[in-house]
Amino acid sequence: MNVPALLRRWWPLLALTVLVLLPYSALPLPGLLDGPIGSPGSLQLLALCLVFGALATGYDLLLGRTGLLSFGHALYFAGGTYATDLLLTQAGLNFWLAAGLGLLAGVVLAALLGSVSLRMSGIGFAMVTLAFAQAGSILVERDPGGVTGGEEGLAATGLPGWLVGIQNTANLYWIALAYLVVTLVAVQWAVRSPIGRVWEGIRENERRVEVLGLRPYGFKLVAFVLAGTLAALGGVVYLLLTGGATPQATTSDFTLSLLVMVVLGGSGTRWGPLVGGVLYTWAQHRLASLAGSGTIAGLPSVLRVPLSQPLFLLGVLFVVVVYALPGGVAGLPARLRGRGAQA
Amino acid sequence: MSTVVLLTVTGLGLGALYFLVASGLSLIFGLMDVLNFAHGALLSVGAYATWWAASHGFGYPLALLFGTAVGTLASVALELGLIRPLYRRPREQVLATVGVGLAVPALLSAIWGADARTFPVPGSLAGTFTVLGANVPVDRLVLIGAALVVLVALKVFLGRTRHGLVVRAGVEDRAMVTALGIDVRKAFTLVFAIGGAAAALAGGLAGLYFGSVDPTQGSSLLVFGFVVVVMGGLGSVSGAAVACVVVGLVQQFANYYSTAGLGDLSVVVMLAALLLVRPSGLTGRLA
Repeated sequence: MNVPALLRRWWPLLALTVLVLLPYSALPLPGLLDGPIGSPGSLQLLALCLVFGALATGYDLLLGRTGLLSFGHALYFAGGTYATDLLLTQAGLNFWLAAGLGLLAGVVLAALLGSVSLRMSGIGFAMVTLAFAQAGSILVERDPGGVTGGEEGLAATGLPGWLVGIQNTANLYWIALAYLVVTLVAVQWAVRSPIGRVWEGIRENERRVEVLGLRPYGFKLVAFVLAGTLAALGGVVYLLLTGGATPQATTSDFTLSLLVMVVLGGSGTRWGPLVGGVLYTWAQHRLASLAGSGTIAGLPSVLRVPLSQPLFLLGVLFVVVVYALPGGVAGLPARLRGRGAQA
Repeated sequence: MSTVVLLTVTGLGLGALYFLVASGLSLIFGLMDVLNFAHGALLSVGAYATWWAASHGFGYPLALLFGTAVGTLASVALELGLIRPLYRRPREQVLATVGVGLAVPALLSAIWGADARTFPVPGSLAGTFTVLGANVPVDRLVLIGAALVVLVALKVFLGRTRHGLVVRAGVEDRAMVTALGIDVRKAFTLVFAIGGAAAALAGGLAGLYFGSVDPTQGSSLLVFGFVVVVMGGLGSVSGAAVACVVVGLVQQFANYYSTAGLGDLSVVVMLAALLLVRPSGLTGRLA
């Protein structure tokens, strides 16, 4: 085996090694990150990018792999975050127990609501999941009994010392990386399993799967619960990263941003959602800090006003991608090759 | 008794807003299979345009007309500019509206700030009147009246005009209408104009109802608009009318007689229960 072939086979492992070692690097990336890679601020942003990359990968299990358009994915993510947070702050459990139970809460929620919403298909399913997620969002914001903190959010207490504080950002980064690896492996394994083949069939033609003597309902539920579980796990990791739960994570805008990430990167591909999630999160943070900088403040108001809103730019970018780049970033090399072959 | 009357009228007022949002959504979805996520953005455009006109010295009726016109134009521009080029890719159409739905509220809050702006409610609509011992705000009646006018207008348009016939036929079977040599794309633009006008009208009236406008108003009303559309059966205007009354009333009564927020929850639970019993909604029409 020559080197390029080896590289093609093992580059994910190489990339993982590089990612694991990043906290030890002091390499500055001017323009891309504020400080050197190993600085807490950069690591925090990188960890967020990895978490959202993983979340988008999990969401694509529904959207790209099974063809289910769910608008309620935020609910399971927020379920993991808030359940863990509440168990920490209200019940005073130790972190690992709280995280385990929080994850379990997310799984149960996904199984319960999935079994109801999957009775619908297509747009009906999308709307029912949206309605459930909205219910969760209302519940958190109205703050029954004063436990969720309402619009203020809920800061986590009782976290182990090695997960708290700016000097421990590297630990959080590694946890985010581990979560990403778990998600990638789980999704890849599930998609290649016999169940994954059925998902592919459901995506292409659900009626045909039925004709073959299989009940799509059960398979779709497995996909829904698996995606919900990964989202809840992501919620626990996000809780550690940001040190608390925020109501923004429950909103439908959160799910829509996952949708944008997946489509941006390339739905139904192995790396596309990851790339989309990382790009989106990075762009959102960089654009926000760009908006606050002097470069933008000096522009005429016609340019300055829209540029000060990251969400506006991302929304426009998204529409452009939908038009000009079907298949997302992951489809770009193939398109370029195709164009080259035509020329 | 007076509380019940007040809650009923307020619930109907809220239901009227939902109807204005849902009727357009329902028609657009029924005809084009596009779930219009930009509908909330159209509502916000209408709300801000009305607010802008009303605070620049226009009277409220004129401001509302202006807001509705701006919303209609925005909706037609959206259809012609973004939806039309994607006719063969329905999923991408939905995604494009998602993008617009994210970008427009962000743009609005960039221009006028993320905080709520007070809506200048005209004096003639700020008062209350007495029905069965209850002091009912006048603006509730304006909302209900507007929704009724739109409902009747839609019914007449769909039932009595040639364009309405094309729209109804298109909802039933688009391919057949095209096969008969009718350019169904004109109907697409038409339903977008109607839906946009209704949504923008809802925006202007929402300013009156809530007393303020803010960039996120559209998306929160949109969610309940979706609930109404699903409950009423996609593509059915009458179904939406029935469902919005039910949703508005349940929400108001549950919010009052239990803790706040429970009404919103009970609407969602009701939706889930209805779908379990009748997966196709009240009127049994689900694409």
